[in-house]
Amino acid sequence: MSAWTIGYAVLLYVAFVVLVGGVAYRVAVYRFTPAPLRIPTMPAPRTALGVVARMGREVGLFSSLFRGDKWAWIWSALFHASLLLVLLQHLRYVLAPVPLWVRLESPFGSYAAFVLVISLVGLLGRRLLIARVRFVSAPSDYLMLLLLLVIGVTGTLMRFADRVNIVGFKAFILGVMALHLQSLPLEPLILVHVASVAGLMLIFPFSKLLHAPGVFFSPTRNQVDRSRREGGMRVSAGNEAGTGTTASPVVREGGL
Amino acid sequence: MSDIVAPPLSDDVPTPDLKPDAMKEVRPFKASPEHQAALGFPGTLVDDWQKVAIRRLGELVEGSRALRVFLDSCVKCGACTDKCHYFLGTGDPRNMPVARQDLVRKVYRRYFTWAGRWFPWLVGAQDLTPEVLESWYTYYHQCSQCRRCSVFCPFGIDTAEVSMAAREILDSVGVGQKYCNEILGKVHKIGNNLGLPEPALRNTLEGLEEDVKEQCGADVRFPVDVVGAEVLLITPSADFFAEPHIDGLIGYAKVFHQAGISWTVSSEASEAANFAMFIGSHEQMRKVAQRIREAAIALKVKRIVVGECGHAWRVAYSFWSTLIGPLDFLDPRYPQPQHICEVTEGLIARGALRLDPSANDDKVVTFHDSCNVARATRMGDRPGGQFTVPRSVIRSVCAHFVDMDPNTIGDKTFCCGGGGGLLTDDLMDLRVKGALPRLTALNTVVQERKVTHMAAICAICKTQFSKVLPYYGLPREMVISVHQLVGDAIVLGAKD
Ligand code: SF4
Ligand code: SF4
Repeated sequence: MSAWTIGYAVLLYVAFVVLVGGVAYRVAVYRFTPAPLRIPTMPAPRTALGVVARMGREVGLFSSLFRGDKWAWIWSALFHASLLLVLLQHLRYVLAPVPLWVRLESPFGSYAAFVLVISLVGLLGRRLLIARVRFVSAPSDYLMLLLLLVIGVTGTLMRFADRVNIVGFKAFILGVMALHLQSLPLEPLILVHVASVAGLMLIFPFSKLLHAPGVFFSPTRNQVDRSRREGGMRVSAGNEAGTGTTASPVVREGGL
Repeated sequence: MSDIVAPPLSDDVPTPDLKPDAMKEVRPFKASPEHQAALGFPGTLVDDWQKVAIRRLGELVEGSRALRVFLDSCVKCGACTDKCHYFLGTGDPRNMPVARQDLVRKVYRRYFTWAGRWFPWLVGAQDLTPEVLESWYTYYHQCSQCRRCSVFCPFGIDTAEVSMAAREILDSVGVGQKYCNEILGKVHKIGNNLGLPEPALRNTLEGLEEDVKEQCGADVRFPVDVVGAEVLLITPSADFFAEPHIDGLIGYAKVFHQAGISWTVSSEASEAANFAMFIGSHEQMRKVAQRIREAAIALKVKRIVVGECGHAWRVAYSFWSTLIGPLDFLDPRYPQPQHICEVTEGLIARGALRLDPSANDDKVVTFHDSCNVARATRMGDRPGGQFTVPRSVIRSVCAHFVDMDPNTIGDKTFCCGGGGGLLTDDLMDLRVKGALPRLTALNTVVQERKVTHMAAICAICKTQFSKVLPYYGLPREMVISVHQLVGDAIVLGAKD
């Protein structure tokens, strides 16, 4: 067993623990930090189910970003969607036997790698070219994109250009997961790819990548609009206590 | 003041080129030691201010999930960068919402995050230096806490929350803003922002009764401290004397009069505004709100109705239940609190008001959605009622209504430029420039749709517009209260 094998195995264990432990800790911190005042960005849903739908639109469609900046939306939607497909495709390297749906997804995940790389170039280009975005970017903002690019490019190369010993690599990964180490194929692309992924996992809980769990805890998006006593609010339209919105022509036409 | 020049109006507001430090020297007067002391804040910069400020920041973050999530989650996507009226009006990059947040975020990272402690240069973390503190004072007083940025942020990051926290930290080290803190002192001492004592208030309202009598012959009352009235009206004190606010007050009174609803204002709580929200002090905010609860109990009213005031409606609608709730001593058959526009709309819907919209035939009216009403509250029973209810009221009393560019109304509305505790003459330069996006949209409907008036439901908006419209070559009389339109259209005498 080479030092490489042991070193990479240790790296992956550490990265895994830091990622899972760090994010779990952060989520717990968010969860237990009080949110004393109600501050949903209005109009906000009046029911918990409505909030689930709103959050679904934010997380699944990036609806606010869509309203805010179409190009940022295009690049980040492409990035996140392709990342998802690629991650699913990677299940085939950690599962044995490989389930049918993973095998069916695999071609999509493979070609999504190109989209992933292109979207990262787009995001990097925005950051460099738009003065407003450049003004608010720190070195870490660029480095994170570069790290993702390294991951994307090495991965794409391995899949489409310079085929590596993927069978040997899968044996290594399964060994790591079973706590029974198998030797790691010493191919530069594999080494760079895996080390970069581990690096990303390591910085996740300490960086802006926390936006992934953070969005679920954002009070402006996850709070129900129910701060006042709404007695009489749903009574018949003729009652002055209700506000009569149902009788208003503007509302009936759908208003704004 | 003559050196303040409004940017030229065109048919659109272009995203400006960055003009770094363009507004670096624009900041409001600082509070005097007396103003500070009245609110329990240190009078001058404390010796160990850096330690105190960092400790306070830590406490605030620990007590606010919003702050924690917002400071952690920003990915610097830039979607918010061109959404702030102050950036659009000034081009100063620190007025881009994310850059404004970063002034605090950099310090937070430095002292509270692992990455910032060990690799400050890498993640843009920064020590809390005197210059940084000064930049907080400057740029957090160039934010009207309008929340427009939060609408477009993929994580809903609300710069207003960061601004409030920063102002609270500044107060805690002894650097307060004169305008807000002096006014809060007046509320505690006298009962309203203007420092209008009870006899003066009674006097003013009696004068109004005479005016209205002369004008339309009806005995419309403006009651003060009437025990057992049905409604306690909580309205911004500007409604008692400022133009065009006062015509709105007359409108409320006519509505109550014709509907036969007994009402009163309270001399103890003769103010809807709660500037404590602007300085981020929950303690102050609770204290100011508490007066209203006490007045409602003392006067044995059944309902609380809030007049035309944006941030007051936010405090009432969103925060009262937490700060001074539950309001279970009020009549459970009504929403508590209720907005005056909801009351009026409900009365119109059931035919309880006799209206003659032709009284407003000389006007083509548009409506300015005030930020706090639009993005922090609701009216009526469904989301978005805060947009439809006031419009429905206007349409009922005025035949000619036109909306401005859809990208500048509803939850995308642009701030008037004077909200969030910035409505002070020492910030006139900022106020004029910050009004650019709203007045561009207004000017467009003035040119293309012959709009003559812009109605609003916020005391700050009304004052701000009356002040800045002339800088843009528009008449100050354009801005009116929604309830002025209502008041003018109500036919008194017939149903009395
Ligand atoms: S809250 Fe309003 S004023 Fe403040 S940064 Fe956001 S858009 Fe600008
Ligand atoms: S839109 Fe939100 S995430 Fe994007 S830069 Fe602005 S605050 Fe940060």
